[in-house]
Amino acid sequence: MKRVTLFAGHYGSGKTNIAVNYALKLRETHERVLIADLDIVNPYFRTKDSLDELTRAGVRLISSEYANSNVDLPALPTEMYAITDDTSSMAVVDIGGDDRGAYALGRYQPAILEENDYDMLFVCNMYRPLTTTPEDTIQVLREIEAACGIPFTGIVNNSNLGEQTAPEDVLASLPYADQIAWETGLSVRFTSVRADLVPALTGKVETLFPLTLQKKYY
Amino acid sequence: MAEKVLMKGNEAIAEAAIRCGCRHYFGYPITPQTEIAAYMAKRMPKIGGTFLQAESEVAAINMVIGAASAGVRVMTSSSSPGISLKSEGLSYMAGCDLPALVVNVQRGGPGLGGIQPSQSDYFQATRGGGHGDYHMIVLAPASVQEMASLTAKAFDLADKYRMTSMILADGTMGQMMEPVELSEGEVKPIEKPWAASGTQMAREHNIINSLSLVPEELEKLNFARYEKYKAVVENETMYEEYMMDDADICVVAFGIAARVSKNAVLAAREAGIRAGMIRPITLWPFPAAPVKAAAAHCKSFISVELNMGQMIEDVRLASECARPAYLCNRVGGMIPSPEQVLEKIKEINGGVQ
Repeated sequence: MKRVTLFAGHYGSGKTNIAVNYALKLRETHERVLIADLDIVNPYFRTKDSLDELTRAGVRLISSEYANSNVDLPALPTEMYAITDDTSSMAVVDIGGDDRGAYALGRYQPAILEENDYDMLFVCNMYRPLTTTPEDTIQVLREIEAACGIPFTGIVNNSNLGEQTAPEDVLASLPYADQIAWETGLSVRFTSVRADLVPALTGKVETLFPLTLQKKYY
Repeated sequence: MAEKVLMKGNEAIAEAAIRCGCRHYFGYPITPQTEIAAYMAKRMPKIGGTFLQAESEVAAINMVIGAASAGVRVMTSSSSPGISLKSEGLSYMAGCDLPALVVNVQRGGPGLGGIQPSQSDYFQATRGGGHGDYHMIVLAPASVQEMASLTAKAFDLADKYRMTSMILADGTMGQMMEPVELSEGEVKPIEKPWAASGTQMAREHNIINSLSLVPEELEKLNFARYEKYKAVVENETMYEEYMMDDADICVVAFGIAARVSKNAVLAAREAGIRAGMIRPITLWPFPAAPVKAAAAHCKSFISVELNMGQMIEDVRLASECARPAYLCNRVGGMIPSPEQVLEKIKEINGGVQ
């Protein structure tokens, strides 16, 4: 397992939910875990929404003080350097959507590459309108790599239709994720699904990662 | 043919617009509707359309006037403060009788306000928006699916009546993600003999202008426009009724407030209170007839709004004040909870007994 895990992908692909769940999971086996919110694009649906849960679990959150303040300002705290400076912590990094969101990661790229103990995971959802085909999805993947200068090392299949997701929807997305993996030479690290779908999919999907959803609107 | 995808409300508007033939988008970014522009920026170049980020909202709406004059389907989108900037253009478009789609994903105001959801532009939208006597057709979606379907409807109505259609949504509707079934958008070609689309040396020039210096003629234009509005009121009013058949208390709510209120009405029924809801889908024309009909059997109305009480005036007008109308609201970017609405229903129910 690498010390730093970075989650990037298309806007609205589910990065934040996965990053929060992943950090909480890591905390079960590691004493020091931090999660960093590197999103400078979206003023809503931030890692900070899960502050209470993360704090309770003993996961350190590094996030802009402007996150969730409604100040629509793309800013990052100096504390963010802990991603690469504090090598005693496992680090999970939640990156903003698309290439636009990934530019901010570029600042930390030299140190991440130098330490060379990272996993850069591409989160994809076949049911998002601009990434319904492997071809379109790989284009987004390449744009993100170009923006931040860090090549991806794995794929996370997070194909879902929100609350309406049925096990069949997840199964229907497996060839899509495999095709992306095959064309990019990467492997599908895991398929993330809403926790209640796990029983129906066990044995049918190689590596399942159960998600507790972060936020519910009306 | 329909496919199911997971979309943000803002994205659903953009994709639906493209599917019904809109190839021209002019706008200026503002939270919470920026995804519309971002989506258009990605999609338009791939389908031979035009996405243009203008230098300002004022520029964007004037580009819309130009494209609409040429007879193509065109849209712009913004959020509350940006719509105020565009309102001069909205008035000019009414004066020119130009069809276009304008989207307002409202945020809390007045002034720059905040970036959280609001419905406080109800007056501005339903009373025209800019100066002069005019109306826009105003549609209020209450789901991501409706963000898509009402966008298509808005374009059709705009072309049919040569009017500006407005989607009046709010930050929640724009940002929330829900599964959507997108239809393959049927583009019905509509003849626009009035458009400045080239004479082909076969006809006189079409002149599109809102300047009219002869008062007798300007009066005639205004009268004619209001005759058209009468037809819109008669034929295009849309609303949803929920548990209204035997209702004692009629909740009136649109958009996000209607989603909240539906849960409250259901909870009230479980508590033995006969509550129902009218959800206006067109805010202009306002569904006056069902509200008036409700006044015959309901003891009172509750208008649930994310503003200081704007639609409640239309509820009172439509019901001719035959029954009391009470306001249940949150403002400034706050959303009423189902519990708050239920409390109001209980309070009114107790008071009237």
